Order: sequence, then structure tokens, then C-alpha cells
Amino acid sequence: MDQFLQQLVNGLTLGSLYALIAVGYTVVYGIVQLINFAHGEVFMIGAFGALSTYLLFFDGQTGVWILPIMIIGAMIAAVGTAVLMERVAYRPLRNAPRLAPLITAIGISVFLQELVRVFYDRIPFADFPSAKQRIPFPQLDVVSGTAVQIGDVTVQRSAIFTIGALVVCAILLWYFINRTRLGRGMLAVSQDPDTARLMGINVDRIIVVAFALGAVLAAIAGVSQGLQNNNIDFKMGFIAGLKAFTAAVLGGIGNIQGAVVGGLVLGLVESMATQYVPGQFGGGTWKDVWAFVILILVLVFRPQGLLGARVVDRA
Amino acid sequence: MTAMLEVKNLEVAYGKIVAVKKISFSVEQGQVVSLIGTNGAGKTTTLRTISGLLRPTHGEIYFQGQRIDKTPAHDIVSMGLAHSPEGRRIFPRLSVQENLLLGAFARNDQAAIRADLDAAYDLFPILGERRKQPAGTFSGGEQQMLAMGRAMMSKPKLMMLDEPSMGLSPIMMKRIMSTVTELQRQGTTILLVEQNAQAALKRADYGYVLEVGKIVLSGSGSELLVNDDVRKAYLGED
Ligand SMILES: Nc1ncnc2c1ncn2[C@@H]1O[C@H](COP(=O)(O)OP(=O)(O)O)[C@@H](O)[C@H]1O
Ligand SMILES: [Mg+2]
Repeated sequence: MDQFLQQLVNGLTLGSLYALIAVGYTVVYGIVQLINFAHGEVFMIGAFGALSTYLLFFDGQTGVWILPIMIIGAMIAAVGTAVLMERVAYRPLRNAPRLAPLITAIGISVFLQELVRVFYDRIPFADFPSAKQRIPFPQLDVVSGTAVQIGDVTVQRSAIFTIGALVVCAILLWYFINRTRLGRGMLAVSQDPDTARLMGINVDRIIVVAFALGAVLAAIAGVSQGLQNNNIDFKMGFIAGLKAFTAAVLGGIGNIQGAVVGGLVLGLVESMATQYVPGQFGGGTWKDVWAFVILILVLVFRPQGLLGARVVDRA
Repeated sequence: MTAMLEVKNLEVAYGKIVAVKKISFSVEQGQVVSLIGTNGAGKTTTLRTISGLLRPTHGEIYFQGQRIDKTPAHDIVSMGLAHSPEGRRIFPRLSVQENLLLGAFARNDQAAIRADLDAAYDLFPILGERRKQPAGTFSGGEQQMLAMGRAMMSKPKLMMLDEPSMGLSPIMMKRIMSTVTELQRQGTTILLVEQNAQAALKRADYGYVLEVGKIVLSGSGSELLVNDDVRKAYLGED
């Protein structure tokens, strides 16, 4: 039972991280029917934005009050990256065949990874370490340090931060989508872009908002991952991005609640499989495989996902 | 005095197919003007070009004296030109109220928007009773009321309606057409596109007949109603 509860906590932590990233895939898909495979890199650059903020202004300090400022730094870096990528890479391809933006996304991914790997320590006026190796992520009071014991279950402080971040983000996101004018505009564009334009909605602007929204959540996930692993690296967006994409498909691509549910389910499946699959397929080595087994099963048997894809109605 | 809407030598093509061939027409302030023609004549293409969803290959469009044929669609709405599209195109998964509020997206006078929402519910009580329901569950006639209410919410000076009577029962069609008259009485200028020539011309101050992309006939509504060619082609008489 304790083992089960422990894996439940681990799964929810992992799942919260996936969910935070998955929202970015699903929101952009819901608006422009584009799988932004470079979204994992937005997450990675968010983590580097947080690290850079720390190194520039707070190096050596451990106060937890630094965390919100690091998160803001992460968001600026991630949103900047996402908005720029939409503007220069995707917008010119808006009416191109679907394969073109997909290949572009892979190109952007490689470009951003290499940019960080090669140039991070060469940014002028900043004394940043080389990103060719893993870089230690700042450990702050309250959110890092000794784990919390609840009975026999160990809960990392970074896990509490991650799950808490998902809860807060999910509530704010719900409010934004359902209760604000801009959110209603997003819903309209995802259901019928032409008619949305007839309502006076600037579709280009809504697309930028979708990219920015995904980037904000990815930035928070980047900070979470840094706190959990104690380090970050230029490749961290690849696997996390694929897992989050799987989560988005699992929940039903385009469906925001689906992305959250899909992320949590995927995280839980991974941890439970690690614990309970016996024999040679058990344990941590096979952890990543389960995500992709799920992706394939979903694509074959339930391509609309658990909660159903919200694909644009075409008249 | 300049016309509310002035279309000059408008040509619109889909690739190589020219759907609208150098047509010119105008709509004066306060009028109901009908554009009639059979399926495929180019009526919808014309409206979509006026509202900025399509770009003309030739010609000019003026709204209240301002040229709008290069203006983005979302800016045209805020100038006071609303377009209720063919097939109603309400947002099916949004509630009635959310649909109506989307009509007011370009506005930011919150108090007046609330008042106009109430006015829409007064005009169409059924919408008020079901304001929280997803619009996709509605009948065709109710969806048409919603589409018109939504167009009203932008406080348009000119409202373009693309086949509002399509697929409606005779009673519902009457209801929709009398709403057109009511809107005109309240000061909204109307450009009404219809295949149902009888209903459209009866209420029109002026009418144009479109045939395969060209305007072949025009005149006052009552003139066209008694015109022999119109009677043969559109009113099923011989
Ligand atoms: N998206 C499109 N692509 C290509 N041709 C189109 C498209 N929409 C309409 N057309 C063609 O343009 C002509 C005019 O269509 P339309 O404006 O819809 O006519 P109406 O509204 O009078 O029925 C028709 O021949 C139609 O086949
Ligand atoms: Mg039509």
C-alpha cells in the first residue's frame, strides 16, 4: 500500500510536469491545427531563462523570494522564443501544405538546442557557464532540501511545487478561457476561424496569444524540472516534449482539459509500470517505453483521445 | 451624398474560376437592398469580399466613403459593417450568451453591451430563456435568430444577411423577415442576399439580380416583383 501511495505521488508529480507542457501543444493545435514540435525547446529555454535570471541577479543566494522572479525570467525567455518562432517560422507557412510547418518545427528544435549548447557561455556581459554539460540549477529555501515524510511516503518539496503549480495554472487557465473576452475569442477561432473574423477578432493576434499561453506554462514546467533534477541541459526539452505531446494526444489533441488529464494519466502509468511490471520489462529502464506504447495504442484504438479531440468544425 | 456601401467593378476569383465578374452596385443609408440569384450566382462570394474574408482581383469597395477592399476583416466589423454568414455559422459549443457577446467582440463599452444583450433577448425571447445552452443544440430557426442577434451586437450601421431564410419553415421565415423590417425601422441599413426572391423583394427598397457572376437586372423591389423575367426565373411562374 505504501509503495502504491509512493508511486501515486511520483506519478502525479511527473504527470503535472507533462500536463504543464502538454497544454502548449494542445492550445496551439486547437487554434491553428499545427503540432509545434519545437514546444519542448520552449520549455528548455524557460528553464535557462530562470537559471540566467538567478545567475545575473541573485548568484549565491537561497531565499525563496527569488523563485517568483526566476519564474518571471523563465516566462520572458519562453514567451519571447515562442512568439518569435510563430512570427518568423510558422506564420509565413500558414497556408502551406501541412508537412512544411512540421519539418520547420524539427528544424527550429535543432536550431534552438544548438543555440543554447554553443552560445550560452558566450552571451556578452553575462558570466554564464558552458551548456555543453549539465548545469546545476539553483537550490532555494523551502522548495529544495529535505523531503517531507508523510507516513512511509516521501514527498519531495519540488514535487509539491510542481503539483501546486499545475493546480494554480489549471484554475487560472480555466478562468482565462471561459471568463475573459480574449479567452472567448480563442474558443471562437478554434471552432470557426472565418466566422471569428466576422466578429472582429484578429485571428493573427489570437494565434500569438495561444503560443504565448503555452509558453507561460512551459516556463513554469522548466523551473519545476530544474528544481526536481537539480540541473538542466540543452537536451531536456526533447524527451519531455515527446512525453507531453503523447499526453496531449492521449487526452484528445486540442482539448485543454484533455491535456491536463492526459499528462496526469501518463505520469501515473509510467510510475505504476515502473513499480508493478514484473520481470525484465519492469523497473526504470523501461519507463520511457511505456509512454510511447500508450501513444501508439491511443493512435490505433482511440485517435480522438480520452476526452475527445476538439477539431474545428468545418462548414 | 455618398452611399453607405458602394461596390465598383468588383471581380473575385477562386484560382482561375472567376465567380464575380465586374459587378457594381450600391446601398443607400436606411434602405433594405436585396441581392437575389440562383445557387452559384456569386452572392456569397460578393458578401465575403465586402466583409474582407476574400480579396478582390479587381475593383473597389467603399463603406461610408472609405475604401475597405484592403482592410482586414476584423477592422471592417468595428467600422460598423456586420455580416451574418450563409448557414448561420453560430459557434455550436458556446452558449447563446457567449455567441452574442462574441458579436460585440470589437466593442469595449461594457454597459452598452449589457443593454444591447437585453435588447437582443427582448427581440428574441427564446434566446433569453436559453441563454446558457450550447447553441449547437438549437433548431435552424433559433440558430438564425441567434446569428442575427449576434450580428446586431456589433451595433452595425450596415448588416449583410446571407440567405437567412434558408431551410426554415414558412412561419419561421416570416418571423425572420419581419425582423429585417424591424431592424430597418430601428435605423439599420440591410443588404439581404436570398434565393427566395419573393420574400426578399417584398421588403426591399431596391434589388439586384445576379446571374453567374453578373448583375443582369436591377430596380425597386416592387418593380422586380412584377418583372416578367424575374417572375419566370425566380418565382417559378411562366
Ligand atoms: N471556395 C471556393 N472555391 C472555388 N470555387 C468556389 C468557392 N466558393 C464558391 N465557389 C464558386 O463560385 C461560384 C459562386 O459561388 P457562391 O458565391 O457561393 O454563390 P451563391 O452564394 O450565389 O450560391 C460558384 O460557381 C461556386 O462553385
Ligand atoms: Mg451562397
